[in-house]
Amino acid sequence: MTLRIFLEMGGYGFYVWTAYGVTLLVLLLNILLPVVQRRQLLRQLSLRQKRGQR
Amino acid sequence: MSVIPAVVNRFFHQTASPPYFYALAERLAPWLTGVFLLLLAAGLYGGLYLAPSDYQQGESYRIIYIHVPAAWMSLFVYVLMAVMAGIALVWRMKLAEVMLIASAPIGAGFTFIALVTGSLWGKPMWGAWWVWDARLTFELILLFQYLGIVSLYGAIEDRRAAARAVSILALVGVVNVPVIHYSVEWWSTLHQGPTITKLDKPSIHVSMLIPLLLMAVAFKFYYLIAVLQNARLELLKREATSQWVKNLLEKTA
Repeated sequence: MTLRIFLEMGGYGFYVWTAYGVTLLVLLLNILLPVVQRRQLLRQLSLRQKRGQR
Repeated sequence: MSVIPAVVNRFFHQTASPPYFYALAERLAPWLTGVFLLLLAAGLYGGLYLAPSDYQQGESYRIIYIHVPAAWMSLFVYVLMAVMAGIALVWRMKLAEVMLIASAPIGAGFTFIALVTGSLWGKPMWGAWWVWDARLTFELILLFQYLGIVSLYGAIEDRRAAARAVSILALVGVVNVPVIHYSVEWWSTLHQGPTITKLDKPSIHVSMLIPLLLMAVAFKFYYLIAVLQNARLELLKREATSQWVKNLLEKTA
């Protein structure tokens, strides 16, 4: 089986790969968003703490 | 004398303490991610490459390997949330509130995936992106329930009051779960009946069943990874002024 035949998915390539692409995007966002937000919050909190100590 | 053995009791008290849970979630993350990636790789290899094509649907059926696990998870996460809502209402346990609210966006994500992949599968097979049929309509309502829970929590300033309101909403909404599950039997519908969760033998070949189950377990691990990340964020927000967060900030600074 060549890569092209695999990607074509018997003519259903658009539907199959869009489905897998959307899934990947949603799953990634739901992990990355809380990680980024937590890092931002930690940075804010530690800034506030340093200001409080001075 | 307590009915609950001391060991179990201590386990719950320790695990439920925010600093302990925060650190535990951090330590578990790489292991959970490793298991998830292995299961995902095996499931995708089996589903997209090894499994034969369907004799009626050709290659388009391969959407099943994400559609069905995502749809299962959309219900599974909601049931978990209802259980945590019950615990939060009865015992006022903070960690149950945190896990409840941390689960909502992930459940919404799975529901969205189930709807979109279903639509992408329905178009070539049924000839329509969407039909107002029982299974699809109730799954769409489930998505609105998840989004409602997220927005209600965001709309109430006091986090404990917000968590109580959300708990009640989540518990009431659990009635939709059996409706979705049995919708394909109660109403005549375009959506195909259950293939796996029938009481007799599943009507799917083992070479298709194994990757499907691998993907289902992989999605369970994904849920654990994502819910722990959300829970850590929520714990930090709630406990920003507490001593353990101050200690944590000093350690990392």
